[in-house]
This record gives sequence, structure tokens and C-alpha cells, in this order.
Amino acid sequence: MTDRSQYPVVEARGISKRVSSPEGELELLRDIQFSILPGEAVAVLGASGSGKTTLLGILAGLDTPSAGTVLIEGADLFALGEDGRAGVRREAIGFVFQSFHLLPTLTAVENVMLPLELAGRADARVQAEQWLARVGLERRLRHYPRQLSGGEQQRVAIARAFVTRPRLLFADEPTGNLDLATGRRVIDLLFEINREQGTTLVLVTHDDKVAERCTRRLRLDGGRLRGDA
Amino acid sequence: MSAPAPMLALALRMLRRDWRAGELRVLAAALVVAVAAVTAVGFFADRIRLALELQATELLGADLVISADHPLEAARLAAPDGRALRRAEAVEFPSMVIAGDQAQLASVRAVSPDYPLRGRLRVSREAYAPDAEADGVPPAGAVWPEARLAGQLGVAVGDTVELGDARLRVDAILTVEPAGGGIGVFNLAPRLLFNAADLAATGLVQPASRVRYRYLFAGEPDAVRAFRARIEPALGRGESLESVGDARPEVRGALDRAGRFLGLATLVSVLLSGVAVALSARRFIVRHLDYCAVMRCLGASQRLVLGVYGLQLGLLGLTAALLGGALGYLAQFGLESLLGALLEIDLPPPSARPALLGAGVALVTRLGFALPPLLHLRNVPALRVIRRELGGPGGARLLSYLAGAAAMAALIWWQAEDRLLSLYILLGAVAALALLAATAAGLILLLRPLRHRVGSTWRFGLLSLTQRAGTGVMQVMAFGLGILVLLLLGVVRGDLLREWEHELPEQAPNRFLINILPEQVEAVRAFFARSGLEAPELFPMVRGRLTGIGERAVSAGLYEDDRARRLVEREFNLSWAARAQPDNRIVAGAWWGEGEGGGGDGAAELSVEQGLAETLGIRLGDTLTFRIAGADLRARVTSLREVEWDNFRVNFFVLTPPGVLDAFPATWITSLYVPADRYPVLNGLVKAFPNVTVIDVSAIMDQVRRIMDRVALAVQYVFLFTLIAGVLVMAAAIHASLDERVRETVLLRTLGASRRQLLLGLATEFVSLGVVAGALGALGAGLIAQLLASRVFHLAYHWDPALWLIGALGGGLGVGLAGVLGTRFVLNTPPMRALRGL
Ligand SMILES: Nc1ncnc2c1ncn2[C@@H]1O[C@H](COP(=O)(O)OP(=O)(O)O)[C@@H](O)[C@H]1O
Ligand SMILES: [Mg+2]
Repeated sequence: MTDRSQYPVVEARGISKRVSSPEGELELLRDIQFSILPGEAVAVLGASGSGKTTLLGILAGLDTPSAGTVLIEGADLFALGEDGRAGVRREAIGFVFQSFHLLPTLTAVENVMLPLELAGRADARVQAEQWLARVGLERRLRHYPRQLSGGEQQRVAIARAFVTRPRLLFADEPTGNLDLATGRRVIDLLFEINREQGTTLVLVTHDDKVAERCTRRLRLDGGRLRGDA
Repeated sequence: MSAPAPMLALALRMLRRDWRAGELRVLAAALVVAVAAVTAVGFFADRIRLALELQATELLGADLVISADHPLEAARLAAPDGRALRRAEAVEFPSMVIAGDQAQLASVRAVSPDYPLRGRLRVSREAYAPDAEADGVPPAGAVWPEARLAGQLGVAVGDTVELGDARLRVDAILTVEPAGGGIGVFNLAPRLLFNAADLAATGLVQPASRVRYRYLFAGEPDAVRAFRARIEPALGRGESLESVGDARPEVRGALDRAGRFLGLATLVSVLLSGVAVALSARRFIVRHLDYCAVMRCLGASQRLVLGVYGLQLGLLGLTAALLGGALGYLAQFGLESLLGALLEIDLPPPSARPALLGAGVALVTRLGFALPPLLHLRNVPALRVIRRELGGPGGARLLSYLAGAAAMAALIWWQAEDRLLSLYILLGAVAALALLAATAAGLILLLRPLRHRVGSTWRFGLLSLTQRAGTGVMQVMAFGLGILVLLLLGVVRGDLLREWEHELPEQAPNRFLINILPEQVEAVRAFFARSGLEAPELFPMVRGRLTGIGERAVSAGLYEDDRARRLVEREFNLSWAARAQPDNRIVAGAWWGEGEGGGGDGAAELSVEQGLAETLGIRLGDTLTFRIAGADLRARVTSLREVEWDNFRVNFFVLTPPGVLDAFPATWITSLYVPADRYPVLNGLVKAFPNVTVIDVSAIMDQVRRIMDRVALAVQYVFLFTLIAGVLVMAAAIHASLDERVRETVLLRTLGASRRQLLLGLATEFVSLGVVAGALGALGAGLIAQLLASRVFHLAYHWDPALWLIGALGGGLGVGLAGVLGTRFVLNTPPMRALRGL
């Protein structure tokens, strides 16, 4: 194995995102430029509506930029097709959505198993149960999402993102729905994985204490990168 | 990349999970009901169709007849490998029959012992006496003449006749022979039947004589089909196949119509189930688009997503097809045990086609509705799917409905026996959908300002109707189409069938009189006036041979088609008329006006029967030459007529205006109804006018009527059954489309809406949906019925305004009830539990 530590794992090159809306053309992101090294934990900060979710979606290849590109481990994400990007996600990326996006007809454990099943892994159930236990849901394995509280759904989503042991994890306000104690536990978990497995973390948060624990902070303001520290 | 096997495993697993989560139950139920309805109707209609064909074979005497002007080698007539086909033979030719000093031309038929294979010969001891089923065929040394021939020859049972070199004994009078031969009643020289064993002794079959060899076959339908498939392409010159359809135009008419009615029932059931699938597929599509997007976010390739989803759809469709098919099969058995006795026909086992149709409904429509949005996903970033930006709001959904509708149309087209019928139904459905969509959209726009004025209880209903206009329009379209087809079945069925039954009234003509001389016409009329029988209308008839079309000389050798050859070989009956008979329809050109077309100012005009024109290649505007009694008549075809042959009225292939045929020798003919107790009157007629021939068609008529009665009854039941199936299908569909409304109702409840408010709101919404859909559906049903009546069934149909009322009331009540009942449970459940139980 080559030592990748000195190359950026994520590199944003001049990303812009424009959409047309009923009120005319909107510029959601403008010329965003930065890179993230392996093992870093990066907080993305900014007011509501400043473009954080949009940026994360583009970094993970879930959406396409209007200009610029993203390199994941040196490879140009947008030189690939949709399927190529899906392949990169399967290989390397985990994502926690702000609004969870659990499948309503799958139980908690099945939701967590899904990414492993998609990759054709045989040990899906064991892994999924372990991860649900780590987020404190060992007693909720067979519950459907609608039978779980918001915080519990959040934790299922986190377990689903971790279960493939991604090298790169994007989390969009992962504690937004959690009470203080649970939120802290989840954040602890994120940093634990970041330490143990060298997973690179990119997380959106409004919590200054969480931001403090990160190695770096990116600040968005009206779609522009205003601070990188 | 995942291999196919894990893909299947994954698909199965997802399907199982969806099922367990209750996601699929309502949808699957709707799908199963739809498939069951289609297959049950299809199976039943199919069996009745087969039964009717079997019935009709009694008129042909066989399932299939090969007719040839030369004997065929035994090898060609052998049954296909390992299949049992029964076979009988008849050799037929015109010959003089002599009794004492009387000689008469007859159509004689030498038959093998098994003749006929279907139906029975009937004989009587004396002419015009009650008859009974014959025991086999005439024994060797015996003949069975028809009453007409016996009368002309002056012979009775026990007398002897000469046929060629043979002297044969009259053994019985032939009353019914399952005839076939495609020859109309009046061209038939009277029949004489005798045993094939005596054929050689007559010495009449010589190389140059005009002999027809008829080979009759009967057996299991698939054996007959296999045989037909082999023999048909190998037919040579002078050889032709006859099946039931060719045997009797009257029966062909009745069977065609019955076939179309049955086809209509099947078609409608397919359409209904399509509506049901469209209604119930909505939620499935929306949900599964999300699924696919999430799977893509988790790194699944498009191929995998497509594979899993496609397999899932396929499995679901297949299961529904199997289950629904089995249910449909059982249902039609139940129907059979209920109706078998009433119908008085043995229903043969059904063919496999309806099961295929049911499976087609399940799979084709399912994939049609669900695959396009999925394929559309290919190039759309996953996140945008979740955020619902799929090429404009509802774009993918619209696409899926269009594709689903196209799949439906393709299926209907594929299964259609009758393309014209399918075309009208499809066009009608499309037009009705457009009308429904436009009206619904317009109404919703109109209602929008209203919702601020009405009381709050009504507002909820109007609000949900007007707010999501797309859904509202969609529902009006689906309900409207559903109601349309139900009405088409329920109301129009009765009207159409009633019209049909009128076509062959109780007192349809049962006797033909032919050979009336011009100078006898007045005397015959006077005879009937004296006898107290209703005076029949007399028609002139001139016999002529067609010798030219345009500048071409016509001869039998010109035609490859055996029927055309036979038509050209024999003489046509021409007649004249000032006005067209009421049952004739001009399909091209125009009928001559009063006093026109007589050839004074221009060429004489002709009106030709459409079927004949088609067979012989005669077009509007052609000049035809007829050879009549040694002179030529040239006249131009100025109209083509369609003739209803199934009512036993006198009709002619070729008509001219009055005056054109005056120079030619004519005889007059008529048809009339004689009640059974007045038959002796005819004996008096024959005595007074010895040259006049009476042809008794009552036996054939009875047979035709019996078949038509059963057909009408059977069709009634199929329609009724389809109606019931349709109501079930619609109920399942409405139920399946309700969950969105349930969610909304729960939400309103949490916001403090009272039970009364909610119930009224729901009722308002569904009843207004139903009323609008019902009224429009009724309009569509009326229009389609009109179109079908005039263009496909050729029946008179009168739009009944009550249809509107039935549609609007029935729609409002039905949809309202189904909607409220389906949503009502929400009102009795705490909102949170209702939400989490979804
Ligand atoms: N497809 C879109 N069309 C129009 N506006 C959008 C679209 N997606 C996001 N936005 C707008 O862009 C802004 C940034 O959104 P988002 O990235 O979700 O912000 P946040 O920083 O709160 O995560 C918001 O004002 C949002 O309304
Ligand atoms: Mg956000």
C-alpha cells in the first residue's frame, strides 16, 4: 500500500452551483476552493441557507456542480458518469443526510444492512447489528423508521453511513435532532472512528463545541467560502 | 459489479421486506383482483366462443371441410401425427333425377356412412310432415330426396327413381341436412342424398362431369387447428377450405356479432384493470423512486438498481398473474356451474390465451407504469431525485402514465380479435381521457375561488381537491374511465342486445316462394289476400352470368380464390328496386334517385353487395357486363351495399333501377312467415300455381334462432360477470389510492379538525370527484356506444339521457362511499397511532 497521507483526500476546485428558480437564477455556491487531507476532521459552518447541504452533496457526488470539479483521492469525480460516482461512494464514501432518508419499509437493521447488501457482502446482518449496538439501538433492530424517534432515526442513518467503513464520511447536521447527551455520544463516536480508522470527517454543525474539536473549520456565507481555519 | 444471482437474491429480499411492511398488500390485492377479473372474463368468454363455434359446426356438418373439384390423395387427408380426426366424405354433382315421365334437376350427394360428423340428418315419412332424427345415412339402394324434389317428381316413400344407370328406392324425405357448401337458399337445386356405395352404379361420375368432392373433418379443436395449419397453405387450384363461417351467412352474422360482444367484454375488462393498476401504482412509483435514489446515494450502480427493481416488479407481476389467474380460473368454473344448465350448451375447456392476457395485464402494465421513471433516473443526480427536481414537477409521473397507457393500448391491440372494435374503444378511451382531464382541470380552476366562500366544513374537501390539482385531475380521469366502461357494460349492453334480438323476430320469414311467373304476380297477391295471410312483398329476379368487369372478360380461370371461382361459374340473381331495402346500407357511392339511373340519359346503374365486390375485385365506377338469356347488359356500379344476411329477408347481390331489366325474362320471388297451423295454405298455393316452388327454411331458421338465443343469453351473462368484476376492480383501486388522503386527514385531525368536519370534507371531495367523473363517463359511454352500434355492430342505438343521471349519481355515490369508508378508520384512531401505523 502506498502512503496516501500527504495527498488530499478531497479537493474542491472552483465549485459553483447555480439553479433557476421562480425568482430567477440563484447562485447557491460560488467558486469554492479547498482541499482536505486524510484523517482530518472538518467542520462546515454557516447560517441556514448558506449552501452547506448543497456543498456536501456535490462533494459526495450526489449532485453536479455548474462549474469546477471535485477530486476524491486524486480522481476527478465529475469525469465519471452517475454510475462511476455511485461506485466511488460504494468504495469510499459514507453520507449522513440531514433528513435521514431511511427506507420506510425496511426495519432499522435492514436499513443499515442495505449498503453492505448492495456491495454483495455476506456478513451484512452481523455488521449491521454491531453498528446499531454502537449507536445504542440494540433494542430497536426490528423497528420501522416511523416507529422510531427523530434522534433514533438519526442514529440509524449514522450506523448506515459507518457500516461500510468508508474512508471519507460526510455528515449533514448529524446531531440536529438529538438531545444534548445523545448528540454528544454520536459526536464522540464520529471522532472515535476518525481516530481509530483514520476516516476523514466532513460535518456540518451549528455547535461551536463540536466545531472546536475539529481540526479545521470552513465557513460558508451566501454561497462563498469566507473562512478556512 | 454484482453478479445476477445476488441481484435476484436482493430483489427477493426487498420484495419480502416490502410485503412484510404492508407496503404491497393493497397494491397486490388490486393487482390480483384486476388479473382475476381479466382472466375470469377471458376464460368465460373464450369457452362460450368455443361452444358457439361447436354449435355452429352443426350447420356445416363438420369442424372443417375441404371442398375440391377433383379427388384428393389420401396422404394429404391424413390426420396430423398422433391426433385423432374423424373423417367423412361426400361427392356432389348436379344430375337429372327421373321418376316415370317426370325429370328434375337435383343436386345429388353421395355420402359415406359417418356423414355428417356434426349435427344430424333429419327425415320424415311424408313431405311437410313432422320429422325426426335419422338413423345414419340412406342405406345402399335408397335415396332421401328433399320434399321439394319429391313434390316435383311426384314420388313418395316406397317409390323408385332413376339416377343415371341406377334405380333407387325412396326411403324417406330429407328435412334437415347440415349442408354447408356456401350456396344460398335459392340457387340450390333440391337435394337428393344417397349412399356412396351406389355411386359407381350410377355411372354419373365421369372425368368431364362437374363434381365436387367434400371431405369433412371433426375432432379436438387443437387437432383440427393443427390439421388446418398444415393443409391450408398447401391448397391448390380448385381446392378450398370451408369452416363454419362460410357455411351460412346468417349464422356467420350472428357469430361475428357475438364474437364482437365477447371481445368487447374482454377488452373492457382489460381497460378496467389498466385503470386499477394506474390508480394503485401511484404510491408504489413515488415510493420506489425514493428507494432507488437512496440506493444510488449508498453506492448502487444504475444497473443494479434497475435490475433489482425490474426483478421486483417482475416477481410481483408474476405472482399476481399466477394468483389472479388461478382465481379467475376458479371463478369462471363457479360461473359455469351456475349457468351451464341455463345456457343449454356444453362449454369446452378454455384455451390458454386468457391466462396469458391476465399475465400480460400484470406484467406489461406494471412495467409500463413503473419503468420509465426509473430509466429516466439514469442521468439524474441522486440528490435531485430526493429533492424532487425530476425534469419539472410531475414530469416523470406523466411519462410513466403515458408509458403505462401505451402498454395498455399495445396489450389491447395484441389481444384484439376485432381490430375495428379495439380501435374504436381505444380512440374512445383516449378522447374520453382528454375530455375528463380538460373538464377536471377547468372545474378545479373554477372551484378555487369558491373555497373561500363556502363554510369551513366544505372547505377541507374543496381545498384538497383544488390544492393538488394534478392528483385531482388524475383521479377524475381514472374514475371517469372506470365509470365509462362500467356504464358501457351495464346500460348499453342491454340496449345493444335488445336491438340485436329484434333483428330476428319471431315471425321472420320461414318460407321462400320462387319461380313465380310475371303474369302470376297479381294472382299470387290475390291468393294471399284471400287466404288471410299477410301479403308478402314480391321481388323480380333475373338470372345472368357475369362476363366482364370493365374491359376485362371474366372467367373462373381468372381467380385463384375458390369462392370467387364458384361465384363466377354460376348465375347471379339480379333484381331491380326503386328504393334500397331498409336493412341495406350504402357503404360507397350513392343510391339512385327516383326515376334516375334507368340508362335513358346515360349508362344504366348497378348497386353491388360489398362482399361480392370484394371477392370478385369489383370497384365503384366499374362497368359490368352480364350475359342474360343470350343478350348482354352493360351497366356501371354506382353504389356498394352492405346487406344484413342474418334476417332471412330476400336480398340480392346485384340491383338495378326499375326499367333496366324490363327486356329480360324475369321470375318473381318472395319470402314470408307462415304460422305452423297455416301450412296447408301452401299446398293450395302449389296446386293453384304448379310452377311455383316453396322452399322451407324453418328448420334452418330454428337452428339459427336457437343458436342466436343462446348466444344472446351467454353474452348477457359474460357482460354481467364483467360488470361485477369491474366494480370489484374499481373498489380495490380506489382503496389503493387512498393512503395519501389518510395522511392528510390525520394531519387535519392533529390540527384540531372535528370528526364532523373531516367526514363532511372527505364526502365533499369524493362525491364531487365521483359526480364529475360519472357525468363525463356517462357522456363518453353514450358516445362510444353510439359509435360501436353504428360502426361495429350495425345496430340502431338511441342515447338515453338517463345514462347521465345514472353516471353522475352512481359515480358520486360509489366513489363517495368507497372514499369515505376507506378513510374513515382514521377518525376513530388516535392521530399518532394512525400515522405510525401507515
Ligand atoms: N434546487 C434548488 N432550487 C432553488 N433553490 C435551492 C435549491 N436547492 C437549494 N436551494 C436554496 O439554496 C440555499 C442553500 O440551500 P442548502 O444548501 O440546503 O442550505 P443549508 O446551508 O441550510 O444546508 C437555500 O436558500 C435553498 O433554499
Ligand atoms: Mg442543510
